[in-house]
Amino acid sequence: MKNRSLVSINDFTKEQQLRILDIAEDFERNPTQKILEDYVVASLFFEPSTRTRLSFETAVSRLGGRIIGFSDTSSTSVKKGESMKDTITMVSGYSDLIVMRHPQAGSARYASEVASVPVINAGDGANQHPTQCLLDMYSIRKTQGKLENLQVAFVGDLKYGRTVHSLAMALSGFNCNFHLVSPPELKLPSVVKSYIKEKNLDYYQYTDLNEVIPFADVIYMTRIQRERFSDPIEYEKVKNAYILKNDALRHSKDNLRILHPLPRVNEIDVDVDENPKAYYFQQAKNGVYVRQALVSAILGVK
Amino acid sequence: MENTLNPKELKVSAIENGTVIDHIPARNVFQVIRILGLDTFENQMLFGTNLESRKYGKKGIIKMNNRFFEPEEINKIALAAPTATLIVIKDFAVVSKTSVSIPDEVHKIVKCFNPNCITNHESIPTRFYVVNKEEIKLHCHYCEKITGKENMSFV
Repeated sequence: MKNRSLVSINDFTKEQQLRILDIAEDFERNPTQKILEDYVVASLFFEPSTRTRLSFETAVSRLGGRIIGFSDTSSTSVKKGESMKDTITMVSGYSDLIVMRHPQAGSARYASEVASVPVINAGDGANQHPTQCLLDMYSIRKTQGKLENLQVAFVGDLKYGRTVHSLAMALSGFNCNFHLVSPPELKLPSVVKSYIKEKNLDYYQYTDLNEVIPFADVIYMTRIQRERFSDPIEYEKVKNAYILKNDALRHSKDNLRILHPLPRVNEIDVDVDENPKAYYFQQAKNGVYVRQALVSAILGVK
Repeated sequence: MENTLNPKELKVSAIENGTVIDHIPARNVFQVIRILGLDTFENQMLFGTNLESRKYGKKGIIKMNNRFFEPEEINKIALAAPTATLIVIKDFAVVSKTSVSIPDEVHKIVKCFNPNCITNHESIPTRFYVVNKEEIKLHCHYCEKITGKENMSFV
């Protein structure tokens, strides 16, 4: 993986993805290792982000690396009309690795073609967010002891939720079954469904969250955004149907874990937070180990 | 089989050496001219559009003197003119007649239909992988979205 960019989760083979998870386990046991002292990592956030940026910067800091970059474009030449190509070319002259988030789809792929150093995509519009996918895989493997043969439920906005698309595609390599719970307007796109079918796996669609709770090993919750509905009345109708409450978990499996890419609004009631099956905050923490693993594998120090 | 060199059908004069592209959908003739860069072509060229065609109703035709194409070059027009036939002429005689075929990759000529694709915001030549040649589905190398026949437009 040395010097390879990670733009889309499929840029890494299944074996490479698992290798990252293995390295991440090592970082979870021993998170502070000064192995990046000679490296500069550029963190270019063309749009704001809290978790992704902070966890990348924490990951690099814990490894002793230096970070340059920006967390929004207001104080940069981008505001003066500099093209992304020029920004990336310049920054690749300053750093050993570029981590970037950008509001436009495909920006990271383009940056990886322009830059002379590897690029990690930290989210390109509605397209890809591969590091989120890796940390989701890490969290599932950690809580279930495996990635194979799981009953995985995705709940909420399955149409626009890019984390759902990448994770469903990645888990298709592990013989999982998919239970898709969403309002009809926000169903999983057919391109992802056909990907699952091509792998000879099954998916089932539901509109009622309660149907999947008794047998799910993993429930992956997502936020339903009001702006996704052209008709506000439709939003009002469905907004409460996809809220997970602690009571509903009474008849769930012992190994069930609730995941959520965060930020959460109200789709997981705060009374779930104390339930040992709630895993979303630990999931966010796992993001640091996975990003430590990724940065050090790409820089060739692990 | 329609004979394009039948004098009764020819509204424009024959050429001695060169290429005729026939059966172009009438509304895409100018598109084909642009895709092949013929707007700056310096030899004699004749083109017509909205000509009668028994097969397609209305068609367009382009005739170029002393211009010949490599297959990759001509396949670029397959998206705008999937029905086109390519006729090579030497000494006023037809030496070959072939149809165009959809290439595996499409560069520069098609616009990505995703308004949020980076190619619609920075000056980046578009690049697509043709994932379905029958229905014409183009997978954007950058934003990974599919541009289909129904939402396809040319750069």
